Amino acid sequence: MSTPQPAAAGAPLLEVEDLKVGFGPRGHVNEVVHGISFAVESGKCLAIVGESGSGKTVTARTLVGLTGERSQVEAGKLDLGGRSLLGLSGRRWREVRGAEIGFVLQDALVSLDPLRKVGQEIAEPLRIHGWGERSGRRQRVIDLLTEVGVPEPELRARQLPHELSGGLRQRALIAAAIALDPSLLIADEPTTALDVTVQAQILELLQRTKERGRGLILISHDLAVVSRLADHVAVMRLGEIVEQGPVEQILRSPRHRYTRALLDAVPAAHSKGTRLAPRVAGAYIPAGDPQVPTVAGRAPIITAENLVKSFRGPDGTSRTAVDHVSLEIRPGETLGIVGESGSGKTTTARIILALIDPDGGNVTLRGKAWTTLKEKDRRQRRRRVSVVYQDPLSSFDPRWTVRRIVDDAIAEEDYRGKEARLGRVRELLGHVGIGPDLLDRRPLQLSGGQRQRVAIARALAPQPELIVCDEPVSALDVSIQAQVLDLLADLQSELKVAYLFISHDLGVIYHVSDCVLVMKDGRVVESGSAEQIFNSPQAEYTQKLLAALPRLDRTEPERKAVPA
Amino acid sequence: MSATPSITAGGALEAPPRRRIPGQVVLRRLVGALLVLWAAATLCFAMQELSPGNKALAILGGSGARPPQEQIEATEEKYGLNDPILQRYTRFIGNLATGDLGTSYQYKQPVTSLISEQVGPTLVLVLVSTLLAWVIAVPITLLTAGRGRLRSSFGSGFEAFFAGMPPYWLGLVLLVVFAFELGWFPAIGGTSPDALLLPALTLALPLAGFLGQVTRDEFERGLKQPFAVSARTRGASEAEVRRRHVLRHALLPGVTLTGWAIGATISGAVLVEVIYARPGLGQVLVNAVSNQDLPVVVGITMLVALIYVVVNLLVDLLYVVVDPRLRTATGVA
Repeated sequence: MSTPQPAAAGAPLLEVEDLKVGFGPRGHVNEVVHGISFAVESGKCLAIVGESGSGKTVTARTLVGLTGERSQVEAGKLDLGGRSLLGLSGRRWREVRGAEIGFVLQDALVSLDPLRKVGQEIAEPLRIHGWGERSGRRQRVIDLLTEVGVPEPELRARQLPHELSGGLRQRALIAAAIALDPSLLIADEPTTALDVTVQAQILELLQRTKERGRGLILISHDLAVVSRLADHVAVMRLGEIVEQGPVEQILRSPRHRYTRALLDAVPAAHSKGTRLAPRVAGAYIPAGDPQVPTVAGRAPIITAENLVKSFRGPDGTSRTAVDHVSLEIRPGETLGIVGESGSGKTTTARIILALIDPDGGNVTLRGKAWTTLKEKDRRQRRRRVSVVYQDPLSSFDPRWTVRRIVDDAIAEEDYRGKEARLGRVRELLGHVGIGPDLLDRRPLQLSGGQRQRVAIARALAPQPELIVCDEPVSALDVSIQAQVLDLLADLQSELKVAYLFISHDLGVIYHVSDCVLVMKDGRVVESGSAEQIFNSPQAEYTQKLLAALPRLDRTEPERKAVPA
Repeated sequence: MSATPSITAGGALEAPPRRRIPGQVVLRRLVGALLVLWAAATLCFAMQELSPGNKALAILGGSGARPPQEQIEATEEKYGLNDPILQRYTRFIGNLATGDLGTSYQYKQPVTSLISEQVGPTLVLVLVSTLLAWVIAVPITLLTAGRGRLRSSFGSGFEAFFAGMPPYWLGLVLLVVFAFELGWFPAIGGTSPDALLLPALTLALPLAGFLGQVTRDEFERGLKQPFAVSARTRGASEAEVRRRHVLRHALLPGVTLTGWAIGATISGAVLVEVIYARPGLGQVLVNAVSNQDLPVVVGITMLVALIYVVVNLLVDLLYVVVDPRLRTATGVA
């Protein structure tokens, strides 16, 4: 096994020319990557940015020869350190993987084998490539864990992945990828699903790899993340690189329409009331819906006082998930709750939905008892508060059609008769920009954005005054996310519905909220208007969160060429 | 599965966190197991009560016998057959608790000694069949799961075919082909190892089919998991990914199934023993049922219940060995 020769002066570490990847048998190849070219230099980071279906992950997998059995890979050039990777045998590829190219997958919870100890996973590339003796490998694992900033490395190495937090798992995964100090590291969405502060730490860790003179390819859908790390950006769409260049050029003076659309879709850069995406054809919002009850003044819809909720852990100790939280939601307004995982934001929402009872405090709905009611008495008023979840797929019955899903949520007493109900279903779907042609589709036949629109239509069906949105756009691509956020804003201005909007994403919260609660460890650390929180945060924690938030630095509003 | 040495540097570290099943859990399982046995015993007692026929007559030689009335009365007195039901119930449970299964009506010897003479061959048959089933199922999964359409469909076809095969029919076919036609194995009786193979195969093949089906599903799911992709990006070969990562995941449902299977195999063993004229509980049970020898029937029923309970306790323990996630350490931060 040989380490790659240091590339000749000036020659890039990785050179890819006219790479085409397709799937299927010869003659019927469905090409998904259409002849792309890029290069990575040692000590530099290339970011490949694109949305789902753009071919970025396929491209990354192709670089380690893991495109799959039924794939066809062609390229004019695919050189690593001056040696071609084209047509390598399975055995040669295995020598390259892990040793010359490290690969970090997203979502470390499932990318680390849940049945094996973290130490075993990190030692795996060492063992496979015959690095040292068993005891030496153990020491190397500890050193690696220390290097990636995992506290108590000896203990962590002996633990199973589920005993580690998301950030620690991602670090362990990176430790495994850099175990043999490969000259190229590929990270496929390494920070997706991580809290912002953790995300910042992981990016810092990748930054260090770059500084050690290794090449880095960062695959991401998030331009803001990319802007922190990348030297060079390639924007992919439908299997093609539509634009590439130095990071400043791409962010400040994008040439391609799609790049601009991606940049405009980043919510953190826009406060409430700004559109993120061009209006979607077909989405029509009728002027004034007669079904919506007129807003009775500015009296709050929901008032929660001193909510407390504890859960008992498996070891018998009790953990306070919600600790004296008070809030108020007014008609037609959006209250954003932002916090990292485990901050208690979802538990708060579940109490407000009266899905769980608080241990202390209470919630009133329109000034009347809500959480203290018996479920039987609550049922009648349940329709005034509805909910949209992060993953609509798991909250839909996969066998139901769109029509049935929405119809099911329309109250029996509101619309009687098949015709009237169908008319209402069409009307609701019209609100969310879903055409009647999708009425008979089933959830699995819809795109992620369409599913979330159907979920919103379902939430609107009982004519609620408040919709609780629990991470409604976290699983969506930026451009789809932008459309859904715009839709929610349109619905609010037309129907005067209020939102309780929960997100870990400060950018999204900033964009949608009138008022914001910042939560940490079950407590509200700061609350106020969105402008106040984001422009002059008082609490130290809020400041930390904001500092960790990857932002697009696009200070010049004019798009002019960056001086070389 | 031997304990992997924990990773320590220098040896000056704190002791590894103790991973074990908390005593409370073990206690709860044991209480549960006792409750199951008690329920089984109560059902047995009810069955005994509800079964038709005069028990004294059965004791005195079955329905054909014509013993004098005094002898019947003396027998009823001796066995306490006319005592109030509650008294008989407590005596029944009490005897069971002390390991006294009563006396066989037919053989006039303690049921415990009758069973213990015959239980050996049956247990050997059951254990060998279960092991054989695993030995057949695992290589088939490893060789065929997720290896292209042809191999996969061969593997799953094999599994479906044998999973659907009734043991009594399979037993007869194996007997005719391998013992009568080919003469490779003895057809009848004996406890020699070569006489064990055909009966064991009869039980093992359908079980291997079931095991293969559940492990294959899990295996194919495992091969597509990100952790398998992760291992490949580290340079692991396909064989290593299968053996070191995916197999363990695939074994979990099989382990659960085995607990059920051992109990089911005992009932299957009864048939197989009759087909192959093997000594064992099968013969004893068939005799006892046809002669209304209730204490023997109850004894064997209770034995099967006991085996079910013990095996399922063992399966729970084995599960913890295969799935380290269940070793929830109490003292780990």
